[in-house]
Amino acid sequence: MSEQRVHFYQVGSFAVGNRLLSADDRTVQSSPHRTNSIDSGHRACQGCGEALGARYALDAAMRATNGQLLAVNATGCLEVFSTPYPETSWRIPWLHSLFGNAPAVATGVAAAMRVKGRSDVRVIGQAGDGGTVDIGFGTLSGMFERNDDVLFICYDNEGYMNTGVQRSAATPPAARTATTDVVGAEPGNGFGQGKDLPRIAMAHDIPYVATATVADLHDLERKVERAMSFRGARYLHVFVPCPLGWGSASNDTIHLARLAKETGLFPVFEAEHGVVTNVSRIRRLAPVEEYLKLQRRYAHLFGAKGRPDIVARLQAIADANIARYGLAPERGELDNREDA
Amino acid sequence: MERPFAITLDVGTSRANHTGSWRVERPVYVDRLPPCNDACPAGENIQGWLYEAESGGYEAAWRKLVENNPLPAIMGRVCFHPCESACNRVQVDEAVGINAVERFLGDTAIEHGWSLPAAGPDTGKRVLVVGAGPAGLSAAYHLRLLGHQVRLVDSSPKLGGMLRYGIPAYRLPRAILDAEIARITDMGVEVVANHTVHDIDAERREGGFDAVFLAVGAQLGKRVNIPAGDSSKVIDAVSFLHQVADEDPPMLGRRVIVYGGGDTALDAARTARRLGATDAVIVYRRNRDKMPAHAEEVEQALGEGVTVRWLSTVERFENERLVLEKMRLNADGFPEPTGEYEELDADSLVLALGQDTDLSLLEGNDNVEVRDGVVQVATTMMTNEGGVFAGGDAAPSDRTATVAVGHGKRAARGIDAYLRNVDFVSGDRHDLATADHLNTWYYADAPRTERPELERIRRQTNFEEVIGGLTEENALFEARRCLSCGNCFECDNCFGVCPDNAVIKLGGDVKYVFNYDFCKGCGICVRECPCGAIEMVPELI
Ligand SMILES: Cc1ncc(C[n+]2csc(CCOP(=O)(O)OP(=O)(O)O)c2C)c(N)n1
Ligand code: SF4
Ligand SMILES: [Mg+2]
Repeated sequence: MSEQRVHFYQVGSFAVGNRLLSADDRTVQSSPHRTNSIDSGHRACQGCGEALGARYALDAAMRATNGQLLAVNATGCLEVFSTPYPETSWRIPWLHSLFGNAPAVATGVAAAMRVKGRSDVRVIGQAGDGGTVDIGFGTLSGMFERNDDVLFICYDNEGYMNTGVQRSAATPPAARTATTDVVGAEPGNGFGQGKDLPRIAMAHDIPYVATATVADLHDLERKVERAMSFRGARYLHVFVPCPLGWGSASNDTIHLARLAKETGLFPVFEAEHGVVTNVSRIRRLAPVEEYLKLQRRYAHLFGAKGRPDIVARLQAIADANIARYGLAPERGELDNREDA
Repeated sequence: MERPFAITLDVGTSRANHTGSWRVERPVYVDRLPPCNDACPAGENIQGWLYEAESGGYEAAWRKLVENNPLPAIMGRVCFHPCESACNRVQVDEAVGINAVERFLGDTAIEHGWSLPAAGPDTGKRVLVVGAGPAGLSAAYHLRLLGHQVRLVDSSPKLGGMLRYGIPAYRLPRAILDAEIARITDMGVEVVANHTVHDIDAERREGGFDAVFLAVGAQLGKRVNIPAGDSSKVIDAVSFLHQVADEDPPMLGRRVIVYGGGDTALDAARTARRLGATDAVIVYRRNRDKMPAHAEEVEQALGEGVTVRWLSTVERFENERLVLEKMRLNADGFPEPTGEYEELDADSLVLALGQDTDLSLLEGNDNVEVRDGVVQVATTMMTNEGGVFAGGDAAPSDRTATVAVGHGKRAARGIDAYLRNVDFVSGDRHDLATADHLNTWYYADAPRTERPELERIRRQTNFEEVIGGLTEENALFEARRCLSCGNCFECDNCFGVCPDNAVIKLGGDVKYVFNYDFCKGCGICVRECPCGAIEMVPELI
C-alpha cells in the first residue's frame, strides 16, 4: 500500500508528462529535445490525427534507435501534406515511391543497409489504411512472409482521405464515405466486409503485432520501443481520427480515439508470434452512441429518421471485441453505459 | 553544415509555410479561480500551496499559505473546510483532504520553527486591535506585514479568544494555539492582556491611535426564560467552556442536559462527557437534518456517547427533573409544539442557544452603527466612523474562526488603504474553474486518505486530541490528489498533443508559449488540458 502511494503522481501515467516524474518516466513527447520528425508548417488539416500519430511513432522510434532510422512512405495524406515541392516537413531520412509498394521498398532499403553492413540503421515502412489493407496488401503480406527486418506502421483513418474520403477495406460498417452513400436498407458502408489487418498480420506468425491510438501516448511509445527490440517483420496499427473525413470537430481528435477504445470498437492489444500477450482494458466503458454521435459520417443513424437497429449492430461489434480480447473494465462500477 | 544521417541535399523546410494564417480562433493560457480558493473564507490560495506541497516543497507551501492565513495548524484543526465541499475532485472520487494537508503544513512549521515573514518597513502609524481572537490575531499579523504598529488588547489573561475559551482542547491542543499566537506576537506586536476596553473613543484618543479594529467577538451566551427552581444548576455554554479552559470547571453532576443544536452545544456535551458526566444529552427543537452543527462534529459526539433528543424544547427545570415538550415540524420545516410532555432526570442544564456581542465599549459613540446586535461595516470592514473598523463575530458574519481570519486580513488592508489615503482595491477574481472545464480522464484514480481518530474509549475521559495528523507520505499523496483546477501544473499535455508542434516548452515560470506562426487553431490542447488552463478566443480578423 505504502509503495503504491509514493508512486502516485497526480496524473499518473495518463498525461504526456508530469513535472513530478523523473525524465526517464516521461514520454518522448514531453521532452523539448524530441526529434519532431514532422516539422511545423505541414499542410495537414486542423486537428489531424495522422500527423500526430506519425510524429508520436517516429519520435519514439528515433529514441529507440538512437537516431539511426529511415522511413519509407506510401502515397497518401501523410506523404502529400508533408512534402509539397520544394518544401519538406521531414527531419528524418525519408523516402517516397508509390501508393502500393511501400512494404516492398522498405524491404529493399533494409536489404541495402544489410549489404552495406549498416544493420544498426533500422527501417520503418508506413502508409494509410488504404495503402496498407488494400493496394499495398500484397507486398505487405510478402514482407511478413519473408520476415523482412521492417516495422510497418499503418495510420488508420478508415478511408482514402487524401483523394476525398472514399471507402477502404478498413472503413467501418454504416459509415458514410464518398463511395458509400447513405441510401438503401443498409445506408453507408456495408456490414460484413472489410479486413481486420492486425489479425491477418498475426496469422503470419511474425514476431510482433500491436494496435494503438493517439489517445494513449505512453502505450503507443512503449509499443514502438518494444517493436524496435525485435528483428524481423513487425506491424503496428495506429488509430488516427480524421476530422475532415469523419465530420468531427477538430478538437475532438484525441477524444474520439479514446472513445473508440473505451467503447470496444477499436481493441488495443499486442501479440508476439501470433499470440495475444497484452490488452488495454477499458477504463470508463462508454456506449457506442457516445462515439458515433460526434461524427457526421454516422449522422444518418440518429435523429427522427435514425436507425437504432444499426446502432445496436455496431454495439454488438463492440461487445464482441470486448469478449474476444477480454477488454471489460476491471471494476464493474466503472461501467457507465445506460444499458449495462 | 551538419546534416542528419543520410541527408545530402539542402531542402526547403516546411517552416516557410506559416499555417497560423488558417486560424480563426487562438488558444491562450489562462488562470481560472479554483473552487476551493473561491470558497475559502480566509482567501487562501489553496491550489497554490497544494502545488508546492505536491513536490515536497513543504516550506514553500507553508509560506504561500501564510500569505493569507497565519494560523494553519489551528485552521487545519478547527476550520469546517468549505473548500472541501466545493472541491472538484468529487467528480472523480472524493474531495481532496485539504484541511488535513493544511494541518500537516502547520504542524511541520511548528516542528521546524519556521517563522513568519518580518514586519514591513515602519509607517509610523499606530493601530489598536481590540480582541485577540482569530480576527484580531489575523489583523495584527497583516497590519505588521504592512508596517503598522499594533497594540493588541484582550480582556482575558491569555490570547486566542474563542479559539482558547470556546474550542475545547481535544479539538485544539493548547501547545499548538500558543505556538501560532507567539509567532504573530513575535513580529513586534504590543500585547496588553487582562485589559477590558470600556470606552473605545477614549482609548483611541489617549493612546494616539490612527485606527482601531474592533474584534471583540460574541462572548455572551444567550439566555432564555426557563422556569427553574433555585436549586437547579443552569449555566450558559460559553461560560461553561470558558471555565473549563481556565482549568476551573464547574460541578455539573452526572446528568448534564445541553440545550441547543449548534457546534457550541456539541462542544459543551462532549466536554461534559470528559468531565465525568454519565449522561450528556442534547435537547434540540428540530431534527438532525436541520441541525446547524457540522455533520462530522455530530458524528464524533454520538460516537463518544453523547445522545440527542430531537424535536424537543425545554419547558422547565425543577428538583432535578427537566420537563421537555415534544415538537413536530410543520410543512415549512418549522417546529411547532405538540402539547405532549416528557421528563428527564438532570443535574444541570447548559444553554447553548447562541451568543451575543458585548458592545458596551461603543456606548457614547453615535457614529458607529449597530444593527441586529452587531457592528455594521463596509467592504473595507470600516464602520460609519472614519478609522474605526470591525470584524469577526462582532460584525455580520457566519461566525466561524475562518471567517474571522478573513475579516482580519480584509480589515488590515482596509486600514492600510485608509491610513495611506488610497482607494481600497480588492484583487480581481478570475473566472471560476468549474468542473466542466476539466478533462478528468487524465487524473489517476486515488481515494482519499482519512486522518486517524483517537479510539473512542480514550475520548470519554480525557482532553487528548481526537483527530490525528497525516504522516508525510500521506500528506504528499493527499496533496497530489489535487486536480490543480484552472491552473497549469505542467503535465505537458498541450506540448504533446499539438499536431503542428506549435507549443513551445520553456519551463520555469512561463512554462509554455504558443507559436502562433504555426498554430492552426484546432483546439485539441484546450480539449485535452486536464485542468482547464487554456481557452480559445476568436481571432480578430
Ligand atoms: C496506384 C495509385 N492509385 C491511386 C492513387 C491515388 N491516391 C493517392 S493517395 C490515395 C488514398 C490514400 O488513402 P490511405 O492510404 O488510406 O491514406 P490517407 O490519405 O487516408 O492517409 C489514393 C487513392 C495513387 N496515388 N496511386
Ligand atoms: S482539486 Fe485541487 S484545485 Fe481543484 S478544488 Fe480540489 S483542492 Fe482545489
Ligand atoms: Mg486512410
